[in-house]
Amino acid sequence: MLALCGVLEFAAQPGRQLSAAEIAGKYGASPHHLAKVLGRLRRAGLVKAARGSGGGYRFSGNAKRVTLLDVIAVFETVGPKAPRAPRRELERAVDQVLAEIDATARATFSSITLETMLKIARRPKAAPGRES
Amino acid sequence: MIHLNKIRSARRGDLAQVVEIDARITGLRKPAYWAGILRRYGGRDPSRFFLVSALEEEVQGYVVGEVRDWEFGSAPCGWVFGIGVRPESRLRGTGTRLLEAICTAFRRRGVQTVRTLLARDNALVLAFFRSQGMMAAPFIALERDL
Repeated sequence: MLALCGVLEFAAQPGRQLSAAEIAGKYGASPHHLAKVLGRLRRAGLVKAARGSGGGYRFSGNAKRVTLLDVIAVFETVGPKAPRAPRRELERAVDQVLAEIDATARATFSSITLETMLKIARRPKAAPGRES
Repeated sequence: MIHLNKIRSARRGDLAQVVEIDARITGLRKPAYWAGILRRYGGRDPSRFFLVSALEEEVQGYVVGEVRDWEFGSAPCGWVFGIGVRPESRLRGTGTRLLEAICTAFRRRGVQTVRTLLARDNALVLAFFRSQGMMAAPFIALERDL
């Protein structure tokens, strides 16, 4: 969550350099934890550490191309797990349903770019009772 | 950007190009299927739409859909069954304008919602619909082997 919101903060203001402290403050995160998150995002090429007075980071990806899955994949695996050896049929059935959920999650994350996500964030809130 | 493409109802003379665009996207040529689509969606039924985006006689893309009442327990809404854009014409807003055109036609038929259904591994088209503001619908598609 922190990584996604962090990347979106950078992508929303691509020309601007933001400090880790600014984002940590906004999301109530520990600056130490955020520094680790930003380090991994930097190594993945999604943000760039800016030099000069104040330092900070800025977005270095393409918001039209980078998806939520690209960001999540920096930290964890989303999608089908490697099949395990044959086991009890109840375990197999549970695995089948969990795989269904994983596949849907992966399809959702891989279909939403950062630009689309920023559009969703700027959209007026749906009326109460309207599922979306 | 000035768009010279015109969006209009599909004609018999467009079919070969629509078949070619679809075949380039899906890898399958389906002339009989598209002839059937033209028969069913290119006629006079005011709730069915088969539109193309064309630059003079060259078809750049197509969209097919209709307004359906109470399908799957849902209040009347517009359904988009298929949309395709010539690969070399992408990123020029053709898909967006086709979708806008069919949504305008749906609104004229009095519906407020547009839906579609597609394979979850179709990342390109899923991302397109997402970029157009579409979110997951409150339905789940189910199937089983027969």
